[in-house]
Amino acid sequence: MTTTSPPPAAELPAPPRGRRDRRAWVGWGFVGPFLAVFGLVFLAPIAYSLYLSLFRQRMIGGTVFVGLENYRRALEDPRFWEGLGRVALFLAVQVPIMLGIALLVALAIDSGRLYGRNFFRMAIFLPYAVPAVVATLMWGFMYGTRIGLLGDLDEALDVSLPDPLSPDLVLASIGNIVTWEFTGYNMLILYSALRVVPRSLYEAAEIDGAGQFRVVTAIKLPALRGALTIAAVFSVIGSFQLFNEPNILRNLAPNALTTDYTPNLYTYSLSFSGLQHNYAATVAVVMGLITMAVAYAVQLRGTRKEA
Amino acid sequence: MSAPLPTPAPTPSTSRPASGGRDRSAARPRAPRRRHSADRPRRSVTLTVLTGLVLLYSLVPLVWLAISATKTQEGLFDSSGLWFDEDFALWENIARTLSYDDGVFVRWLLNTVLYVVLGAGGATFLAVLGGYGLAKFDFPGRRAVFAVVIGAVAVPGTALAVPTFLMFSELGLTNTPWAVIVPSLISPFGLYLMWVFTTEAVPAELLEAARIDGAGEALTFFRVALPLLGPGIVTVSLFTMVATWNNYFLPLIMIKDPDWYPLTLGLDAWNAQASAAGGEAVFDLVITGSLLTIVPLIAAFLLLQRHWRTGLAAGSVKE
Amino acid sequence: MTTTTRRLLRGLGLLCAAVLGTAACGGPDSADESLEGVSASDVRAALEKGGSITVWGWEPTLKQVVAGFEKKYPKVDVELVNAGSGNDHYTALQNAISAGSGVPDVAQVEYFALGQFALTRGVHDLSPLGADELEGTFAPGPWNAVRAFDGVHALPMDSGPMVLYYNKDVFDEHGIEVPTTWDEYVDAARALHKADPDVYITNDTGEPGLATSLIWQAGGRPYKTDGTEVAVDFSDEGSRAYAETWQRLLDEDLLAPVTSWSDEWYRGLADGTIATLPAGAWMPANFESGVPKASGSWRVAPLPQWQEGASDSAENGGSGLALPKAAENEELAYAFARYATTGDGVRARIEAGAFPATTADLESEEFLRAEFEYFGGQRANEIFAESSANVSEGWTYLPYQVYANSVFNDTVGKAYVSDTSLAEGLEDWRRSSVEYGREQGFTVVE
Repeated sequence: MTTTSPPPAAELPAPPRGRRDRRAWVGWGFVGPFLAVFGLVFLAPIAYSLYLSLFRQRMIGGTVFVGLENYRRALEDPRFWEGLGRVALFLAVQVPIMLGIALLVALAIDSGRLYGRNFFRMAIFLPYAVPAVVATLMWGFMYGTRIGLLGDLDEALDVSLPDPLSPDLVLASIGNIVTWEFTGYNMLILYSALRVVPRSLYEAAEIDGAGQFRVVTAIKLPALRGALTIAAVFSVIGSFQLFNEPNILRNLAPNALTTDYTPNLYTYSLSFSGLQHNYAATVAVVMGLITMAVAYAVQLRGTRKEA
Repeated sequence: MSAPLPTPAPTPSTSRPASGGRDRSAARPRAPRRRHSADRPRRSVTLTVLTGLVLLYSLVPLVWLAISATKTQEGLFDSSGLWFDEDFALWENIARTLSYDDGVFVRWLLNTVLYVVLGAGGATFLAVLGGYGLAKFDFPGRRAVFAVVIGAVAVPGTALAVPTFLMFSELGLTNTPWAVIVPSLISPFGLYLMWVFTTEAVPAELLEAARIDGAGEALTFFRVALPLLGPGIVTVSLFTMVATWNNYFLPLIMIKDPDWYPLTLGLDAWNAQASAAGGEAVFDLVITGSLLTIVPLIAAFLLLQRHWRTGLAAGSVKE
Repeated sequence: MTTTTRRLLRGLGLLCAAVLGTAACGGPDSADESLEGVSASDVRAALEKGGSITVWGWEPTLKQVVAGFEKKYPKVDVELVNAGSGNDHYTALQNAISAGSGVPDVAQVEYFALGQFALTRGVHDLSPLGADELEGTFAPGPWNAVRAFDGVHALPMDSGPMVLYYNKDVFDEHGIEVPTTWDEYVDAARALHKADPDVYITNDTGEPGLATSLIWQAGGRPYKTDGTEVAVDFSDEGSRAYAETWQRLLDEDLLAPVTSWSDEWYRGLADGTIATLPAGAWMPANFESGVPKASGSWRVAPLPQWQEGASDSAENGGSGLALPKAAENEELAYAFARYATTGDGVRARIEAGAFPATTADLESEEFLRAEFEYFGGQRANEIFAESSANVSEGWTYLPYQVYANSVFNDTVGKAYVSDTSLAEGLEDWRRSSVEYGREQGFTVVE
């Protein structure tokens, strides 16, 4: 019933036959401007990256065509795969937590059983308005064990909390920042989806004697499937592209956050400090393919279940 | 403003029949007496407190930022993060932020506004056009469009930065506002939202009627469809506005001239200033500047919240 | 094939030329253009004719230099652009050079990063304009740095002879002597931390600049560069001395785990929990603006020595002005670089608190006698100048030190957060540097 992807063509009212040809052109006319710019800022650089990935440029010896050599190297590159493993772990842990909290809050607000519901909705959404740069700087300060907020907490409670920026904990600390930034955003998407569930369904459930819990599992969750799936797809892409938070935190924890901490950070350092644009382009292409595959799998799973 | 009654779905969904079974309850007689109906449930303290934890989590860092903005640089170093220092320096900090380095912050603010107006405005316009085209026209290749868009978004932007830079450089766009504005024109999520929203909000019959009356496609779009898309447009423009306002990485690559910096880049430069030999550490200005950077966005959210909520409600999920 | 496709392909060809260098795609070769044939009179003529140039640099005193230059040559318009510092700056510069457009006429380049631009012929050899005759004008440290790659690839602007900044109040409070050797430094570290567990001798979370400077001072010469031949080796005595001493500090947790330049760091410098700072002579300006509260507490001492009685020093940081080849106004650019590094610009910079690289200034009475209010009236320039004169010779960086430094924390950094020893970390660093060198087409001698 609920679709995550745009409505399949078959469900739409069929346009009158005779006009089909003319209308086809008109359709492209409306989508055209978007696609033209999209082509310039997305497709052309990707095409260009594909092209670059076939070469190798060196400081000594110039540029040579190397065929698929860069791809072979990427597939065998432990630095790339370790980074990928890290973001996969991040994806597996942080995304469910974030979406879980977002879901619970959305359900809580939608239930109408909260005092000050509008305030909750607004306030929890606010972090989304904070630029990632500012958010990370803020959290970075608070993570300080010696004189940051955590240091204050240590002093107040007379305990010694572990350093959130140590190698063991830094991934969780990044997860916390990302969760803080995007829980409200996801909550809002889910909440909005709940608002369009026809009230009559709840009334019917009430008459049938269904409890709160039953209403949630039988009506609300199924109604949320589409929104949850699209939120999950964008979260998958976000996790795989994890960059801003670790990159800014590197200023505080340079040893815990290596230059290959996430695949995106790796491509960045390859091309920015290493001048290895060709190999960076290769890693980006491989990473893009993997991201697409996972995002597609998530979407497929999300849509199949509802059948 | 309290809204005890849930807002109904914003637009009549005339284009599609209600799915089977869903509306069966509507036919039933209403139960005569209910103290706490589905519409007016009992308030729960426990639930409020539990959700309050999430609220606290969301707000504490912002409170920290607001409190820190009232401190002098020395106060920042000396006092506890979550309480005020003896000196309340907020107004001085704001004045200094706005006047530091010949008032460059104001210039950055204006740049950001320029990028948001042209970038987010353009992105919204393109998304509305594109969404309308996808929703209301059955043209060959339509299904592929969104797949391609999502696929392209999956490629890490950081690695595309250098190729994009070189291309833009070839086109003579680097170090000009266009280098920030043109890429901002694309909002995949906006396109998706407008697609779904338009499908819901614009009845095909209305468009047909307009066409039968002899209106051209452009006229039909602007006269008939556009007025129905209001909430969707507000929502998408808010999302693109946030994205443009907070845009960081792309300007970092494209813009070298501080006169064209957006706020995020300017703040980053101020922060980095503390780490250059001979540079002046201005953490207090970074913090106050950060606060000033997010205030306009928060204000926009608050002012427009009624509109974008309805837009999202229809757009995020379809039945 | 449609016109659009053809245009697109042509576009790609242009891009190809831009990124990959002209060799791969054909077309005019601009990389060989040199300053040969540009004479001093051309420079004078250009100044009279006027024009405009762009300067990329983050050094704050460049503002005063630009103002002075424009006043002296009213027909010349200088646009100063702060394109960030560190990797951002070098990437931007490299990108602009690759793209062949938007290249600054003058760029600030740190000494350690100069190699990559000199070797790829991204910046001019300034010898034809007479820069090779400036020997003696500059202190040996910076002068050797700009001459490391056959020619003079930049004019030295500032230098960073190392000293030990220390918080006198903290040392006095605990009755501890200011260390003169690194062994004493370790002892002082222990004593301070024991007297007050909040106090650390210094902070360090692994900084390639500091590590290489200390190795340099200890007499280690891990890098050898000869054209396209490079060697990396951290097994010499100097490198080992550094690794052993620093290992002791690490093992006993005597280094504050605070990263330099963070707000926490500035706090530590202000509240006395960071007691000393081995750093370059450029630090006073940062002290004054970032740690105003501790004014009067800090002093300057000569850098501790690896051998008792020695007086070796090293450079820490410092940068010169280079002229990217792809830019057009060589004459004006050179005139500006000279003005900033040997002309009136030097005075303007010193007055604004920068530390010069010119021997005349380093030796001038007025300079040496200047009293630093921040350091309790101490004549700190005397110590800086002495350090500058004692910089030990024969140091070179790798031609790709920017990359090497970027992976320092990936490799040596492990010693700061795990059981890995510094020596193992250095070995790991060496391996990364060697591997990268091979990849980039260098001949790596082992």
